[in-house]
Amino acid sequence: MSLLDNFLWVIWPYLAMASFVIGHVFRYRWDQFGWTSESSELLEKRMLVWGSILFHWGIILAFFGHVMGIIIPIQFYHAIGFKDPWYELLSLWAGTIAGAAALIGILIINIRRWFVRRLRTHTENMKFAIDALLLIVIAIGLIVTLGYRIWVGLLNMPGGAFFGQPEFDYRPTIGPWFRSLFSFAPDPNLMAPVPPVFKIHILFAFLLFFLWPYSHLVHVWSVPLGYLRRSYIQYRSSNPRLSLARDRMRREGKKPPKVERARRVE
Amino acid sequence: MRVKAQIAMVMNLDKCIGCHTCSVTCKNVWTNREGAEYMWWNDVETKPGVGYPKEWENQEKWRGGWKLGEDGKLELKAGGKLWKLANIFYNRDLPTIDDYYEPWTYDYETLTSAKPSAHQPVARPHSQISGEELDLKWGPNWEDDLAGAPESAPRDPNIREELEEQIRFEYERVFMMYVPRICEHCLNPSCVASCPSGAMYKREEDGIVLVDQEQCRGWRYCASGCPYKKVYFNWHTGKAEKCTFCYPRIEAGMPTICSETCVGRLRYIGLVLYDADAVEEAASVADEKELLDAQRSVFLDPGDPAVREQARFDGVPEDWIEAARRSPIYPLAIEWGIGLPLHPEYRTLPMVWYVPPLSPVMKLFEDPEDAADPDDVFPAIEEMRIPVKYLANILSAGDEEVIRDVLKRLVAMRGYMREKNLSGEADDKAAASVGMSPRQMERMFRLLAIAKYDERYVIPPAHREFAHELEAQQGTCGLEFAGGPGSCASAATDSGRNEAFYAQKEDLEREAERRGMQRPNVNFFRSKADFEAFHLKGKEAGA
Repeated sequence: MSLLDNFLWVIWPYLAMASFVIGHVFRYRWDQFGWTSESSELLEKRMLVWGSILFHWGIILAFFGHVMGIIIPIQFYHAIGFKDPWYELLSLWAGTIAGAAALIGILIINIRRWFVRRLRTHTENMKFAIDALLLIVIAIGLIVTLGYRIWVGLLNMPGGAFFGQPEFDYRPTIGPWFRSLFSFAPDPNLMAPVPPVFKIHILFAFLLFFLWPYSHLVHVWSVPLGYLRRSYIQYRSSNPRLSLARDRMRREGKKPPKVERARRVE
Repeated sequence: MRVKAQIAMVMNLDKCIGCHTCSVTCKNVWTNREGAEYMWWNDVETKPGVGYPKEWENQEKWRGGWKLGEDGKLELKAGGKLWKLANIFYNRDLPTIDDYYEPWTYDYETLTSAKPSAHQPVARPHSQISGEELDLKWGPNWEDDLAGAPESAPRDPNIREELEEQIRFEYERVFMMYVPRICEHCLNPSCVASCPSGAMYKREEDGIVLVDQEQCRGWRYCASGCPYKKVYFNWHTGKAEKCTFCYPRIEAGMPTICSETCVGRLRYIGLVLYDADAVEEAASVADEKELLDAQRSVFLDPGDPAVREQARFDGVPEDWIEAARRSPIYPLAIEWGIGLPLHPEYRTLPMVWYVPPLSPVMKLFEDPEDAADPDDVFPAIEEMRIPVKYLANILSAGDEEVIRDVLKRLVAMRGYMREKNLSGEADDKAAASVGMSPRQMERMFRLLAIAKYDERYVIPPAHREFAHELEAQQGTCGLEFAGGPGSCASAATDSGRNEAFYAQKEDLEREAERRGMQRPNVNFFRSKADFEAFHLKGKEAGA
């Protein structure tokens, strides 16, 4: 195990993960005002409609694909009798569709950011960087799927050394390595047989995780699921304790006491 | 019944001269920042016209406000909660900056740095967003005094059905009126209902609708959900912003800056008491033309001892109840009914009311022989320059009778007071003919014509007795503390003890004991359940 291997598959992922966790805590604590999706729809929406919808749905699908391939162990599939050829077929088609959607989407988003003057003028460097990084990671991810599953796998074309031989499977290699990071017993040896294109994809992905908390990507954590539960009209009181006490009494069927001079005592 | 107080405004359009002082002072106070250049929390529109943003009243296009579902229940016109979440990546109903206007500034430096030449140097306009030079085609208040009206005004959404035939933008027949607009601080705000993050809320004490800038995540559904298009998206901060009803001034008992500086003194601010439990039903009335009456029915007479008693039980302070009794809003909008809500058909129960303008009488102008009795002005209401139908489309969901009644009262008041001033004896029949008593006539005259500052603005200061209590708790409670939401760290150390706070705390505890109640917990949230109840509060409210 060379020093470089140790750095790439142990130190760098942990650096990125540390930044990811600490950065989020720090940002959430100190920068609620900056926590937003930073939408630019107000300034441009004709391109955004395609870019945003394709990218977001594509990336969500791709995320679940990664959960299926990396997080869920191959033993699980074998245990439930989900055969490898089925998995390969699913990963090929669902992966290609999701990847293509996300790629077209992020491409439009990048083009829009660079070529619509209104957006470019006020775009911060971090936003350019994140959009470009997403483009790179998604493009390489799609190359992985296309090259490994179609070019080499289906069409038997050369390039297996770069894209991966058909007999290579990332589920017993990359998967366990990724999971080993979370059990704090990282095993870089598992990455030894992994073809280069996968490695590039992973290294860039960790750069994305590294920068995530300092960018507009934090809006991912703000998926407003609470909206489904709450009532439409919201009230807030300058003295919530008092309002709550009143509501509690109401619920219990008691008559709340009058306010004597002002809302002083409950 | 659950009595709540709401701060509300009436604008007497009869007096608006369209000077835009309100807009300018508002802008100087609130929106002269990057990202907010295009926002006019207060704007004055010349009607007929498409307004700001363009065609904001066209809800077929923007889908703001509420509608009745097939089951007769209120629904957001742009789609419910699930629909919104499924479409959160792109809000099809959001206007773009071009629907408002692209803000610009001038290249002033060339005026001083230009080299001597045969021609005057020119300061060119350039966009405050992209920095590019702009060819100005639209801007704030572009339609002022009907500028460009032959082109843009026919697209006014209020000109529909028979009005399309009737209204011609010819010089001799042309008419106009000013409509100053701020956020309506609705009783049933669709922007609040549209906010996925729960960052928008109505203040429980005075009903002012605000955006929590820290909780807003920039999903933009409030901006499109408001049928008045009075929630704006700040492209610089990525957060929504809106008219705050100048709450820092209101809390100190001062009128909003737009009202304070109104040259025509046409704005009135005061409290109204309403039954919060009746709001949803009132907004769900099937017939649009009955919405106005339904809206008025949720208000409670502050002079009624039973209402006052209930208000005390529901936590409205005594001086607020007293202020509600003196409120100029209650008589104008409810008792005399001359204040009308802007587009009641949006079902948001807006809290800024408008007294419709009288206007020159066309027919008398053209054919003086026709008017036999100069005092008999009621028939002339039909002949006013501003078509009754047009006013009705703006202020009463198309119900012309409502507009006629209001205009008659305004005309009758003038006749009554003229008679009184000229002959020394008023004609009580003039008052009775519009269903008002002589005393009401005179009160209405006083309020509309000569009311002084403290009659126009009856604003009780906010009760901030507990403000320092909250301050002491700042940073001591919250989500982050060990034990999860609702757990609080101890507030102050011995060295930094807030004596005033503890004195008040003991005061509270003594009082609680005297009443045989549980001792109050001075911590913000007693438990996770309290925390949730606070944040999911409307649930019990059923609103």
